[in-house]
Amino acid sequence: MITIQDLNKIKEKTLKKMELRLRAKDEKTDIKERHVLICGGPGCHSANAEGIKMALEEKIKKKDLHKEVKVSLAGCFGLCETGPNIEIYPEGIFYAHVGMDDLDEIVEEHLCNGNIVERLVFEDALEDGKVKHVSDITFYKKQKKIALRNCGIIDYVNLDEYIALDGYQALAKVITEMTQQDIIDMMKEANLRGRGGAGFPAGIKWETAYKYHADQKYVICNADEGDPGAFMDRSILEGDPHSVLEAMAICGYAIGSNQGFIYIRAEYPIAVRRLEMAIEQAKDKGLLGKNILGTDFSFDIELRLGAGAFVCGEGTALMESIEGKRGMPRTKIYRTSHRGLWQKPTIINNVETFANVPAIVQNGVEWFKNIGTEDTPGTKVFALGGKIANTGLVEIPMGLTLREIIFDIGGGIPNGKKFKAVQTGGPSGGCIPEEHLDTPVDFGSLGRLGSIMGSGGMIVLDEDDCMVDIARFFLDFTVDESCGKCTPCREGTKRMLEILERITEGKGTPEDLDRLESLAETITQASLCGLGQTAANPVVSTMKYFREEYEAHVYDKKCPAGSCKELIEYFITDDCTGCTLCARNCPVSCIEGKVRELHVIDQSKCIKCGDCMAVCRFDAVIIR
Amino acid sequence: MGNVTLVIDGREVSVPKDFNIIEAAKRVGIDIPALCYDPNLEIVGACRLCLVEVEGWNKPVTACSTRVQEGMTVYTETEQLIGLRREILQLLLDNHPNDCLTCQKAGECLLQEYAYRYDVKFREHDGDRRRALVDTSSPYILKDDSKCVLCGKCVRICYQVQDRQVLSFGGRGFDTKIVVDADLAFEESSCVSCNRCVTVCPVGALVDKRVLGKARPWDGDIKGVKCKACDYGCNFEVLSKNGKNIAVRARSPLKGRPLCLKGRLMTEFIYLDEPEVPYRKEDTQFVETTWEEALGLEGVLMKLSKDE
Ligand SMILES: Cc1cc2nc3c(=O)[nH]c(=O)nc-3n(C[C@H](O)[C@H](O)[C@H](O)COP(=O)(O)O)c2cc1C
Ligand code: SF4
Ligand code: SF4
Ligand code: SF4
Ligand code: SF4
Ligand code: SF4
Ligand code: SF4
Ligand code: FES
Repeated sequence: MITIQDLNKIKEKTLKKMELRLRAKDEKTDIKERHVLICGGPGCHSANAEGIKMALEEKIKKKDLHKEVKVSLAGCFGLCETGPNIEIYPEGIFYAHVGMDDLDEIVEEHLCNGNIVERLVFEDALEDGKVKHVSDITFYKKQKKIALRNCGIIDYVNLDEYIALDGYQALAKVITEMTQQDIIDMMKEANLRGRGGAGFPAGIKWETAYKYHADQKYVICNADEGDPGAFMDRSILEGDPHSVLEAMAICGYAIGSNQGFIYIRAEYPIAVRRLEMAIEQAKDKGLLGKNILGTDFSFDIELRLGAGAFVCGEGTALMESIEGKRGMPRTKIYRTSHRGLWQKPTIINNVETFANVPAIVQNGVEWFKNIGTEDTPGTKVFALGGKIANTGLVEIPMGLTLREIIFDIGGGIPNGKKFKAVQTGGPSGGCIPEEHLDTPVDFGSLGRLGSIMGSGGMIVLDEDDCMVDIARFFLDFTVDESCGKCTPCREGTKRMLEILERITEGKGTPEDLDRLESLAETITQASLCGLGQTAANPVVSTMKYFREEYEAHVYDKKCPAGSCKELIEYFITDDCTGCTLCARNCPVSCIEGKVRELHVIDQSKCIKCGDCMAVCRFDAVIIR
Repeated sequence: MGNVTLVIDGREVSVPKDFNIIEAAKRVGIDIPALCYDPNLEIVGACRLCLVEVEGWNKPVTACSTRVQEGMTVYTETEQLIGLRREILQLLLDNHPNDCLTCQKAGECLLQEYAYRYDVKFREHDGDRRRALVDTSSPYILKDDSKCVLCGKCVRICYQVQDRQVLSFGGRGFDTKIVVDADLAFEESSCVSCNRCVTVCPVGALVDKRVLGKARPWDGDIKGVKCKACDYGCNFEVLSKNGKNIAVRARSPLKGRPLCLKGRLMTEFIYLDEPEVPYRKEDTQFVETTWEEALGLEGVLMKLSKDE
């Protein structure tokens, strides 16, 4: 068991070893020592980051550089699209798309001779022939890392490195210097709003549980992360697991609980392994378990694996699931902070919410409130996806506009296409059109636009995306994930989906549009849990901002985006030179035409595969 | 327990403070539609028919799961609520067979009652429907999934008896259904044919097979009797038509009363003019048996003593 003095010793000692990584970027250096960080985030991990690490270490050893050069895996760098990514310090050089065959060159040129391998440098880091320090790359410059503060910097398997960057100092401070009410007041003043979707202030929730007397209370970390495309929680858990453990212990102290659970989906085996390891390490050092840091506060954490039903992320369904029952949301007779898990006062917070807690304790309420907006102080992690250049994970201060996020950080829309809408908040969210791009983002503003922050999914849509089809896509997910408990969601979402399917197939009627609106209203008003209550958002928001697209499908039987197969036709224009290429490629041989004469598609046979359009060298095939 | 006073549809009512709105409304004769609520069962808030509006609250709430509060003003039949109820009922009917003509439940069915009350009709559509999986394997219970509204009462009431807990929800979303053990037929399952589940089903999804086709609630007489087979004294009903006792069925068991097959058979044997043959379960099969075997010797003697 260690004391606070020991904690400080570890910090000092380890900090020295990490110096290269943390050195200010302009500081001159003539030492040969280097630190290579390899991104071990979800994207790079599947791109063989670990293999690269081993190969690199071997090559470094061959060159006898292993004393000077340290290689470690770190949490997600955020730029998943360009992986495998590596960074070399102290120069702060970001190499992207690093393959096995690039390693020799990196070792020989960069590590031995000190020459940057420009060919491999991330393209946005190159400007006027100069290579920028990683922190000057636009992608990172506008970001502000709180929840992800350690991701990509520390070695996630090394507790000492977490401690070196102030890890467990917040817990030490809270349990030795603060009362329960002190820490609760701090969270209330900081106005840390839940990052799991609903944005409920954590401090208020904690206080409710604190004030309710009971022989046993629980702390749950919600790591179910079921939104398709979301992986912020996973990145935190894999890249910086101790930050969540520390925060849960702080919460435990605040409300008077000695037992925490992390409910994590079984599809995250790496995160599960790292959490298990982290819990073990923390217990070994007396940072979790009995009499933490020699005080009389004890707190334990156990993992509970979820089977992957989206609805199990809903707080009460999650508790049912931990209790061994079918994961169906409970009707809210009691607050979970009064009667939650096994009917005991329970605090449930999201991974990212927790990850913010130690930073707030360390840096203070004022610091936190200076970041973000009045409505939502602090930052939020978003997963950028869809038609955007830099897909990946970004953490931004609240109050940045959608335009800044999508165009400055995200690098805009690829292939010269036109922006159409951004879908925020996953399947429960809505689509926001161009005219609202200058809205500063926070919980309140997204809500007013008919969307939600949700867990931070952000999917960018361009001119080729059909908004009716997008609504259908998200509703399809909801229909699959409805737990079936309550009537409006179970029966109603299915009927909405059937209508949307009809519309995208060109069989929609004007009454269908009215029916959609009325079903949306009923499902939103009458459903039992958040899943049903928000299920109609994708439909409602697209009907609000893109009604003319719905009408085009219903009245003109046309899909303006040219995406709904049943509603488009391939057509050969006068630009056809009669090269016969399309006719030879058509899988159903439905293109007629002689050499050097205009070709014609037999619409009755065409299966709309698009091959003719893809092969034509004269852009003579169009969709209409 | 202190009382609170609230106003429901303009009527003032004073009730204990642990009452839910639905119970308070009942006190002043207001019947809020409810498919999944039963005062004897855990509250789940699943059917969403009992939605009411509370002055000052931004969304309708379910009357079955919302506690009364001092000074609360509740409305149970506003235009908005009627609209929501009609749409919810329509969703149920759109996924329900149009079988009221021959359904054993007609006349007592809550879905039928609410559809009538809110004027919602069956209609044609080409969307998906729940499959008509009918389980006829038990001589005591007929289970027709196509009529199930998934209120879950059967699951909850079966769960109340420790060693039964036979029913549960299976599948999810639109494909959710009530399953017996691991989705077995009644015959193969651990069901003890107590018929607790049948007594609470609000529709014709679970019906007593020994009543089937014999009488409907309006064309006979119903008399309540107490079971004599053990000290619990569970409640049964004897159905008679043209002066003849033709069937027995279990009544909703209040807390603590288990109901059981033996008691039911005993009641049949005592009261019915021509009781059907009894069946008992042998492993995974129902087999015909004799009354002596089904009831034991004392049971038969009891009947004889009654006849005397
Ligand atoms: C259908 C549904 C799924 C949810 N999934 C998650 C999830 O995966 N992770 C999460 O943290 N919160 C999820 N939530 C929100 C939780 O119910 C709860 O609000 C949250 O965990 C509270 O933590 P916070 O206040 O820190 O955000 C979900 C809610 C609903 C309705
Ligand atoms: S809204 Fe949907 S997911 Fe939530 S309880 Fe109802 S059926 Fe289940
Ligand atoms: S879309 Fe496919 S099937 Fe139709 S004409 Fe072109 S190649 Fe032939
Ligand atoms: S269950 Fe009710 S609504 Fe359905 S057929 Fe029978 S009586 Fe009619
Ligand atoms: S008859 Fe009894 S044991 Fe069988 S399913 Fe119904 S309640 Fe459960
Ligand atoms: S079988 Fe009857 S009691 Fe059971 S869920 Fe269906 S409708 Fe409800
Ligand atoms: S039904 Fe069964 S449990 Fe109930 S009184 Fe009769 S014998 Fe006893
Ligand atoms: S009776 Fe209240 S929801 Fe069913």
